[in-house]
Amino acid sequence: MGQSSILDLYKKDIGKKLVFGVSILIFLIILMSFAVLVGPVNIPLPEILSVLTGQTKSGMAYHIIWNIRMPQILTAVIAGAGLAISGAVMQSVLRNPLGSPFTLGISHAAAFGAAFAIVILGTGTTHSSGDVVNINNPYITTISAFMFSMISTGVILALAKYKQASPETMILTGVAIGSVFTAGISAIQYFAEDTAIAAIIFWQFGDVGKTSWTEIGLITAVVVPLSLWFAYNSWNFNALNSGDDTAKSLGVDVDKLRIKGMVISSTVSALIVSFVGIIGFVGLVVPHIVRKLIGGNEMLLLPFSFFTGSLLLLISDTVARNIISPEVLPVGILTSFLGAPLFIYLVIKGREYW
Amino acid sequence: MKIDVEGLEFSYNGVPTLKNMNLNVNKGEFLSIIGPNGSGKTTFLKCINRILNPEKGSIMINEFDLDKLHRNDIAKQVGYIPQAERGAFPTTVFDTVLMGRKPHINWVPTSRDLDIVVEVMEMLDLSHISMKNINELSGGQRQKVIIGRALAQQPEILLLDEPTSSLDLKHQLEVLDITRDQADNDVTVIMSVHDLNLAARYSDKIIMMKDGEIFHAGGPEILTPENIEPVYDVSVDVHRTGEQIWILPKKLNKATELKADNNGYRNNRLRAQRVPGTC
Repeated sequence: MGQSSILDLYKKDIGKKLVFGVSILIFLIILMSFAVLVGPVNIPLPEILSVLTGQTKSGMAYHIIWNIRMPQILTAVIAGAGLAISGAVMQSVLRNPLGSPFTLGISHAAAFGAAFAIVILGTGTTHSSGDVVNINNPYITTISAFMFSMISTGVILALAKYKQASPETMILTGVAIGSVFTAGISAIQYFAEDTAIAAIIFWQFGDVGKTSWTEIGLITAVVVPLSLWFAYNSWNFNALNSGDDTAKSLGVDVDKLRIKGMVISSTVSALIVSFVGIIGFVGLVVPHIVRKLIGGNEMLLLPFSFFTGSLLLLISDTVARNIISPEVLPVGILTSFLGAPLFIYLVIKGREYW
Repeated sequence: MKIDVEGLEFSYNGVPTLKNMNLNVNKGEFLSIIGPNGSGKTTFLKCINRILNPEKGSIMINEFDLDKLHRNDIAKQVGYIPQAERGAFPTTVFDTVLMGRKPHINWVPTSRDLDIVVEVMEMLDLSHISMKNINELSGGQRQKVIIGRALAQQPEILLLDEPTSSLDLKHQLEVLDITRDQADNDVTVIMSVHDLNLAARYSDKIIMMKDGEIFHAGGPEILTPENIEPVYDVSVDVHRTGEQIWILPKKLNKATELKADNNGYRNNRLRAQRVPGTC
């Protein structure tokens, strides 16, 4: 085979993968437009267009589009992206296909933090009446959820740093921490009042429909720059795939990269979970789907996981909003229903690497 | 590049693995390290690459203190082929060899990086499998890909940790021919190896290690029954045909069998404390 032909083959291969990435992006944009159009309330297309072009600045259609559908779509896009890319990074720095915010106990720790705030700090009970559950101080609830997820991350990292724990140990510790926090949630629920229990459960349903514009701005401001940091380090993550010794021999400071990668990916996912609740399987499954489609090169895997995460969560959310209309299903329930079988399928079909 | 090692010491969890190692290797020299399992060969190689940080002593590469070099700068000069390697996730042959350009890549590989990869793959006859997943390759092919990755680093020093231990005859010779070629092109080669015949055939210099110390050092002529027996506790015959030295193992030393019984407990305990994967 001639010199140019290997290079051609390689470039053709990269080109094909880029086409895949661009198609995901185009599909995402189409779906975002579609998601504005559909919902439990039927708004005619001309009305939607007049709201979007700024001709209509008030009324129900305006309110539904700008205060309900748009924030929900954007939250799904940014949350899906953030969860997927941090899952991909966790799998890569831990060199383990099981890495995800879910398996590392981050989601459960956040849920415990929210429950803790609702019951112990009393952020969720005072304004609850009838079947309307109100979390009267969402910020304290969110901050508490975030703090507890960072505690869970901290324990795992301390183990890695001071006890030289292997990536496998880190994952097992994450699973253990997850179950401790699950037990903690049960304990809090056992002693809590009915309204508080309702608030806790309501919080735990991962739902991209409860974020405000400010919160979306905050999540985006964190997720986007940190994702760029991930992408910038994609060659370091690639090197890590061949093992710690090899990565070191290729000039990677493995210990530092692993700690930094874990801290940053945990921060991203903890922040998202704190605002939207538990959305399982996106962080775990999306990197596997992308890896199966375009291979393991992190230079492509990370950005494509980012957009595929957006796409998957937006599809799920659009389905969840409309499947049992006029009832709106929280997307977290749907992703868990879909994610688990999908994961089992990938385990059975994609066994080439574990 | 010239390597000077002076007073090198290393221990795992308080168990000394390398004791006062002193060694000089010249540019373009092919050095083989031989010695029984657990004698410190891998540890020594990892120290030269700063995968492990020695506790005492110095390693100078062309008069530069290894300790003061940035890891990435070491990677531009030292290529490393580990004993066993398994990727966590699948990668293609091309991407694996391209990984050798990692120390030189900032954001995306340049066309020069790609050209070097293509050149290395042509040289190692890997072109026809360039887009294959390396987990699907045979052991011999995979080892060549890993060597390709190290060569893509364009190193001036090549470290190989038992590169032939799981290969068939043809691939053993192929891999060592490639390595010998590198030495002939002024790359300094340090290789740990179990096959004494291969060591004799390919090396300019040989060191024999036992219990973290250099027992003997010199050219292939140090492979004599008198030197080999105390290191391996095996009695051997050594034949010469022309240039080539042949070592034929005969049997375990009687004395060893007895000693092994007495020291069994202590040795096992020592071995248990060693970090797995080292030798």
